[in-house]
Amino acid sequence: MDKKIVQPISRPVQGACGVTGTWRSQRPILDTSLCNGCLICWLYCPEAAISREDRDIDFTYCKGCGICAVECGKKAIRMVKEEIK
Amino acid sequence: MSKVFGSGNTACAMAVKDADVDFVAAYPITPQTAVAEKIAAYIAQGIMDANYLPVESEHSAASAIAAASAVGARVFTATASQGLLYMHEILHYAAGGRLPLVMANVNRAVNMPWCLYADHQDAVSQRDTGWIQLFAASNQEIYDSILLAFKVAEEVQIPVMINYDGFLVSHSMMPFETLDENKIKEYLPPYDPSWRLHPQWGGTFGNVTFSEQYVPYRESLTRDVKRAGELIIRCAREFEELTGRWHGGYFDVYRPEDASFFLLSMGSMGKEMELAVDLLRQEGIPAAGLRLRVFCPFPKEELSALLPTGTNLLVFDRNLVYGSAAGVLLQESRAALYDRRDEIRIAGISVGLGGEDLPASLLADKAREMIQEVKK
Amino acid sequence: MKIKDLSTLEYITPGTGACAGCPSTIGLRIIGKALGENAIGFLTPSCAVASMGLTPQTCYTFPALNICFASAGASAGGAAMALDALYRKGKLQGEKPVVFNWVGDGGTYDIGFQGLSGSAERNDDYIHFCYNNEAYSNTGNQRSGATPQFALTTTSPTGKEIGQKNMPLLMLEHRPPYVATASLAYPMDLYRKVEKAKNITGFRYIEIHMPCCTSWRFPAADTIKMSKLAVRTGAWLLWEGEYGKLTLNGVTASLAEGRRKPAPLENYLKPQGRFSTMFKSPDKDKHLAFIEYNIHRELEFMAGRAKLLK
Repeated sequence: MDKKIVQPISRPVQGACGVTGTWRSQRPILDTSLCNGCLICWLYCPEAAISREDRDIDFTYCKGCGICAVECGKKAIRMVKEEIK
Repeated sequence: MSKVFGSGNTACAMAVKDADVDFVAAYPITPQTAVAEKIAAYIAQGIMDANYLPVESEHSAASAIAAASAVGARVFTATASQGLLYMHEILHYAAGGRLPLVMANVNRAVNMPWCLYADHQDAVSQRDTGWIQLFAASNQEIYDSILLAFKVAEEVQIPVMINYDGFLVSHSMMPFETLDENKIKEYLPPYDPSWRLHPQWGGTFGNVTFSEQYVPYRESLTRDVKRAGELIIRCAREFEELTGRWHGGYFDVYRPEDASFFLLSMGSMGKEMELAVDLLRQEGIPAAGLRLRVFCPFPKEELSALLPTGTNLLVFDRNLVYGSAAGVLLQESRAALYDRRDEIRIAGISVGLGGEDLPASLLADKAREMIQEVKK
Repeated sequence: MKIKDLSTLEYITPGTGACAGCPSTIGLRIIGKALGENAIGFLTPSCAVASMGLTPQTCYTFPALNICFASAGASAGGAAMALDALYRKGKLQGEKPVVFNWVGDGGTYDIGFQGLSGSAERNDDYIHFCYNNEAYSNTGNQRSGATPQFALTTTSPTGKEIGQKNMPLLMLEHRPPYVATASLAYPMDLYRKVEKAKNITGFRYIEIHMPCCTSWRFPAADTIKMSKLAVRTGAWLLWEGEYGKLTLNGVTASLAEGRRKPAPLENYLKPQGRFSTMFKSPDKDKHLAFIEYNIHRELEFMAGRAKLLK
């Protein structure tokens, strides 16, 4: 018997559903001078695209939803229109 | 090895107890109920080391054992009739997911109207789910087939259903022999899947696919269901070597010598058919019995190989394909023998629906009617 | 416990198929930090499955089985019990993983209800998370048993005629070891509840309110804002219960005790496109008053229920 059984198993990878940064119409810009490191933006990012260490945003995957900008207590994040290059 | 005098349901439950099953989920339904009860009792008595989930439905029974199988447990459930129909969704799921569930289905008529007695409509309605389906006709064959089912299911990773007729077999007391633990261990190695739902293995199971991913899974399933036929025979031979017990290969063949009329059936009817063959032989009619043991995958080539040129196949179905002449076995047989349509004549009827009594004399009468038909 | 103390473990990888602003992936991230690495999940058909990536890729890092829609109760219960047998029999070694469901309101309130009720009654050993976005969002926003009254969905095109059922209370009345409701707006409360549940054996149910920008039609950036308003208006109640004993939590407790006034309901409902027909209706005020009455009634009822067993 052929032991190669085909079960539908998937393995975790980054970008499993593509380069979701291309969905973005608005881009979050962080003013680090206003950031107090509370990490609310990190916690609330639906894409896990904000670094916990330095709040660096991964624009490959950030969809530009803007939750981080709304929830930031220090108003350190603002949304700007995404430029089409 | 010990000798037991018990019902078909007892034989089924004892085989499950002896097979080192880890997890059972079951929901009671006539005529399966005693299986669900006996396994619960074995566990409560401490003579079976397994966990038992008394679920609230058959859909849940199937869902529970499918998930339990995914974490790497050897699993079992039993059902009948409406219960099997209620599981239908999960039957597809388990076969597609290559989860080696083992289930006993105590064949019973389906509604409407309600009817509690033997009938194969429940099982044949699940023909296209990807499950392997075996039909047993005696309590010994039930016990042995359950052990074989685990071996086959786990090796090819396709679920197996063992069918036996409600009341006629499930509630009939017959002597049967069990198998010693050391022999079972020799025959049935521990289940060791290549993947488990477990952090040690990781991964997600059953993500969405598009056709380019979907088709290879379907192709491998149908390929392996087909191949499972050989595996079933191999496992039956191994079992024979170990125990001396043999119930037949794809078919339990009765008096094939010089036969012109082969009487094909499944389940308990196939045993009664032996008496019908004797009656016909007494009249000088060269009849033989073919009791089909492996319904899925349907043994097309093997059926053909049993039938010499110029012979006749008389098919007895305990089910109906609505709007057609008879049942599923007739359709399968015609398809199997299409290339030999000029060599072999085929006739078929549906009998025994809803537990209709089938004494050998009646089967012989029906055979004679079909002989007239094929002679035309 | 502060946000800073949360684990770095992520249950998702960036590049999910979820809509921008999706509450489900936020929820998964928070519960993952509490559940840890030794856990297995069950997912029923939902957005969470549709957006997890196509075979053979996934954006979820936890092991998961995608199961059939009505299967959550039995599959998780069966897996937990089977694991128990495998560890007892020495077929697996080490620490038994936590078993959890991540299931929408459809798989909980509607098609999965029978299986969950049976499972809760049997006290099967796992945590059921209901991520409640109040509709069948995955198939394009059809009504569910969790959709509120007057909300537009594609199968309640003039607004739903009847309100949602109180599913968490129904689960509490099975008297399992733990039932809780939670909100993304109060992440540490959610985290605390998951951690508490994790250390309990038996059936545990946590329902998380999940404002869905796509189905409810509000801006994606406002997911958490809507979560907060739901709690502050009293439209979503925070509570937890053990063996049928019930305690109101946080803002909900303050509202019930009258220590806090509910936020104006219009602030919560008006930005939601699903209530646009209601707001345009000549009976708008009557409908709003009715919703307010029902919110008040539900709060009183739950506060009263909390007093029944001390």
